[in-house]
Amino acid sequence: MSATTRHIRYVLAENPVTGLAFAGFALLIILALIGPDIVPFDPLASATDDALHPPTWMHPFGTDHLGRDIFSRVVVATRIDMQISIAAVALSFVFGSTLGLIGGWYGGPIDRAVGRLVDTIMAFPLFVLAMGIVAALGNSVANIVYATAIINLPFYARMARTETSARREAGFVEAARLSGNDDGRILMFHLFPNILPPMMVQISLNLGYAILNAAGLSFIGLGVRPPTPEWGIMVAEGANYIVSGEWWVALFPGTVLMLAVFCFNLLGDGLRDIVDPRRRT
Amino acid sequence: MGPPFLRLIRRRLLGALPSLVAVVVVTFLLTRALPGDPAAYFAGPAATPQAIEQVRKQLGLDRSLPVQFGAYLVALAHGDFGKSLTTGQNVGDDILARLPASIELTLCGLILALVVAIPLGVAAATRPGSWIDHSARMVSTAGVSLPVFFTGLLLVYVFYYLLGWAPAPLGRLDLFSTAPPTVTGLLLVDCLIAGDFETFRAAAAQLALPSITLGLFSVAPLARMTRASMLGVLSSDFVRTARASGLSTYTILVTYALRNALLPVVTTLGMVFSFLLGANVLVEKVFAWPGIGSYAIEALIASDYAPVQGFILTMAVMYVGLNLAIDLLYGLIDPRVRIEA
Repeated sequence: MSATTRHIRYVLAENPVTGLAFAGFALLIILALIGPDIVPFDPLASATDDALHPPTWMHPFGTDHLGRDIFSRVVVATRIDMQISIAAVALSFVFGSTLGLIGGWYGGPIDRAVGRLVDTIMAFPLFVLAMGIVAALGNSVANIVYATAIINLPFYARMARTETSARREAGFVEAARLSGNDDGRILMFHLFPNILPPMMVQISLNLGYAILNAAGLSFIGLGVRPPTPEWGIMVAEGANYIVSGEWWVALFPGTVLMLAVFCFNLLGDGLRDIVDPRRRT
Repeated sequence: MGPPFLRLIRRRLLGALPSLVAVVVVTFLLTRALPGDPAAYFAGPAATPQAIEQVRKQLGLDRSLPVQFGAYLVALAHGDFGKSLTTGQNVGDDILARLPASIELTLCGLILALVVAIPLGVAAATRPGSWIDHSARMVSTAGVSLPVFFTGLLLVYVFYYLLGWAPAPLGRLDLFSTAPPTVTGLLLVDCLIAGDFETFRAAAAQLALPSITLGLFSVAPLARMTRASMLGVLSSDFVRTARASGLSTYTILVTYALRNALLPVVTTLGMVFSFLLGANVLVEKVFAWPGIGSYAIEALIASDYAPVQGFILTMAVMYVGLNLAIDLLYGLIDPRVRIEA
């Protein structure tokens, strides 16, 4: 265990950006948890006489067309954006890796069926498929989560399948079988923990993509609806004002969205350094 | 291009069939999963139960699912995508009229990305660890994190509002220009055919910001892949031999290394197109671009499902076609694939 800690410390020293990414991730989680309790203004309270005000000390991010405090809205939005992306990634991780494990383990017709499903999803441009799913299932936040989960499923299924079939004949699997474990136990407690590290990297990179996807869908008017504060919607609302020079309405939510995605991508790269044995010294 | 290449084409065409079938089936199923009763929806809000029943018969919704699927296929084969409720037009005609705008935008974005990404990747790979390598990596990581709709807005703010260099982000042509007679539907090409350079300039100005937005977004994966595969090729034996034989740096880099390094880059194009076609929708919305993406968004907001369905099908079929083209291109530039076939 201490070797792992030492290794993590080594990686962080080697690449300080990873440390920064971890700090950013922690900040996002904290904001998602307590954001609504610490903001200075009610994110929904409008004050029309104070509309479209550029940033001041009182409103550090300015106010929008209804006089709502953009800073408070950006902070409060962290929760819903994180909820959507974490829920979506969790769903695609659980279902995708289960399908991949089963396909890679049993091979044959089951494997081909899983492969066919994955290929079908990948035959669409992913964002377009997400639009179609939300249009078909109905325009709600839950359906944004399902759509995002479905388009991310192939990545987990493919990865789990490859990693499983590579380890199917491994010594530790043989040993587990000889000590009387059935298939389910071997898959759950012996194979799954072994394929977890590369999957963690995928999860981190995927969280960024999931946030982008959800924000993109709400930017075009699907999923989260106004007046709920959400980064994609806030950028969409600001889009109308940017041609007349009110830059702050779109800039702040857009920048925070970008930083969040950037943070997840750096985190993914950092995690890869930690779990990739070739880089372990 | 002997018969082996033709055989390769035939085999790849057959290989694309399952994807095509899957796309049509999924699009069909998505329409059947629509919330609410389509018959009641198409009959309008004031319809009596009898009228709804009649519409149901008309639409064939009272028949079994396989029969409906058969009817759907027949309609598709006749190019019938249904009618849009908001425009009252055939969806097929609407999409056909708007498709060139989307294609022009996507192609310009892709070309821009390739022109930037490949030299950037090559430069980064020839000097690993240098400032150009580090900045290329920065650009790549930042590039994949950028929400396209946000970059588009930033560009509009800087180049339209602050600097005044770009025209207003309102479609393909400003009010003062008259469109050239439609030949290909691609405005730039049509202007050149008509010899109208004034309009060409105006159309190019409108196209600049949206295609830069799309390009920025796809530079990242392409540059990353070019760098990685160039690094691999540059350390291979045949490049060392070429160096030892005293060939010029240019010959080694372009003729020997880049040609081989481009193979994995061509493979990445498939994924890049998946992102590009999706990002297209968002960019069209930002720049009020009259392509099929903004058409689908308008229809989605109005709960007008036939256009949405037509849009998804068009996009997916285009994507399958693009993947097929990439496969064939791969065979064209890699003789080994041709020989295997």
